[in-house]
Amino acid sequence: MNTTSNIRPLYEIAQEQAGGSGKRTMTLSMGPQHPSTHGVLRLELELDGETVVKCTPEIGYLHTGIEKEMETKLYYKSIPMTDRIDYMSPMSNNLGFCLSVEKLLDIEDAIPDRVKWIRVLMTELTRINSHLVWLGTHALDLGAMSVFLYAFRERELVLDMYEMVSGQRMMATYFRIGGLMDDVPKGFDKTVRKFIRTLHDRIKEYEDLLTNNRIFQMRTIDIAKVSAQDAIKLGLSGPSLRGSGIDYDVRKAFPYSDYDKFDFEIPVGQNGDVYSRYQVRIEEMRQSLHIVAQAIDGLPEGPFRAHVPGVVLPPKQDVLTKMEAMIYHFKIITDGFKVPEGSVYVPIESGKGEMGYFIDSDGSNIPNRVRVRPPSFVNLSALGEMVKGHLVADVVATIGSIDIVLGEVDR
Amino acid sequence: MRGRFSAEIVSEYVHRGQLSFYVHPDSIVKILTALRDEKSLRFDYLADICSVDHLRKKAKTNERYEVVYNIVSIPNSFRMFVRIRVSAEAQKIPTLCNEWPCANWLEREVWDMMGIEFKGHPNLTKIVTADDLEGHPLRKDFGIKYEIQHFTHTKDDPIEVVPDNPFH
Repeated sequence: MNTTSNIRPLYEIAQEQAGGSGKRTMTLSMGPQHPSTHGVLRLELELDGETVVKCTPEIGYLHTGIEKEMETKLYYKSIPMTDRIDYMSPMSNNLGFCLSVEKLLDIEDAIPDRVKWIRVLMTELTRINSHLVWLGTHALDLGAMSVFLYAFRERELVLDMYEMVSGQRMMATYFRIGGLMDDVPKGFDKTVRKFIRTLHDRIKEYEDLLTNNRIFQMRTIDIAKVSAQDAIKLGLSGPSLRGSGIDYDVRKAFPYSDYDKFDFEIPVGQNGDVYSRYQVRIEEMRQSLHIVAQAIDGLPEGPFRAHVPGVVLPPKQDVLTKMEAMIYHFKIITDGFKVPEGSVYVPIESGKGEMGYFIDSDGSNIPNRVRVRPPSFVNLSALGEMVKGHLVADVVATIGSIDIVLGEVDR
Repeated sequence: MRGRFSAEIVSEYVHRGQLSFYVHPDSIVKILTALRDEKSLRFDYLADICSVDHLRKKAKTNERYEVVYNIVSIPNSFRMFVRIRVSAEAQKIPTLCNEWPCANWLEREVWDMMGIEFKGHPNLTKIVTADDLEGHPLRKDFGIKYEIQHFTHTKDDPIEVVPDNPFH
């Protein structure tokens, strides 16, 4: 008696179900609870055997209406919400929003140098934070479990520094419109210097584990190749764009917050495949460390808030002793501040790519419209094109390589 | 370029050093592709498409909505905004999907959140909002509703048990 004859491959059954229509493909739903989709992302894969014919990402499971919510709040009350957009790089979000409002208010020149440099320092640490999470999860998806544990170990150090400056480990809300929440504490520079030394060695360790790893190379080289022209057409940004050989980084192209005073390079990949994007991000972490080192060495002295009465809170000592300062404090907290009519867009380079805030003001104390240009959203829209013709396992590698955060995709 | 499209450009607007042009809705594809193909300009990177609802200042301007195309010239490091005003809700805008594939999702989001339709879009369906949500949330007349938490039972007002209900 032959029992094995009843077992048939799945695609044959799929063909049979499709009937005489000549359809050779079957549809597979991946997610939204799949661990390697990095959140609540659902992919509808149309498969021919194990080859992807069509991939349709479906999003919206994490939609929280942040943009609408911001239209109902005073300007400064939106800052905590920006943390939650891309929850892997909270400080970059804060920075984008604050810069945008500062541009609308036209108080950019009043921002002290110390504020700018601390902002640069913290956003570069944020980039490292974002890339470490990416590295860990990406490697985990491809089967390298240990990298995940190591990357998260170093991420803890970054979170410790967040806690030092803001009292919060993840949703820091450290930047304010026109300044910072508070100055950096005593001993912060020592912690940062120690971290730079540690991470320099650790990045070497990650590279030892992955860069020349044969399994890792086989899973990533020549997978999801995007040519330079396609990358621009698809609107990719950040390391996904630079992996394809386009030298576009907002920090260099449209310098903000004194980035033009720092010495750093923009790593650019060659092949535009998953491996190139990996190389770009690893090199970016080194460059970020280089910027952090410059920022901590040359940190200028000065106040941690701009002196703009009526917009930026006055120093606490003045609030307690001077009448005008107390009135300003009270007015700003209760009533906010009026922003001149008009709209601006300020982009910054977050860990994921170009993140920009388009704010339209109608002259009142709440914005008329806040639009977040989400890098992950646009990068994810390219996924369907990228994975065409690859295997199902490569879809996982590709999702990892474009580094999406679903909080930012859905907002 | 300004001379070539003098008929299509409605007005120029500079705010805080950022340059925008208001153009006629029907000529948007023509203008953006011309800006992309012009050798000296090369605005080939479409960074963003977003929409604004001007219901609050509708008294001043007749057109209620505005769509902002955010384009970047990577070789020149220059960013520019091309804007169109949309007056009626039924007015449709030509799609950019054929020129820039990334416009597909961005336009879908504009439609989903603001309800501005795009002519010739291959798949203009809901993208971020829930399937059972009616309306377009970013419109100003779409009110924000807060859920009020009602306590269903307290010590004085205990839970009502319906004996006929098979679930109790």
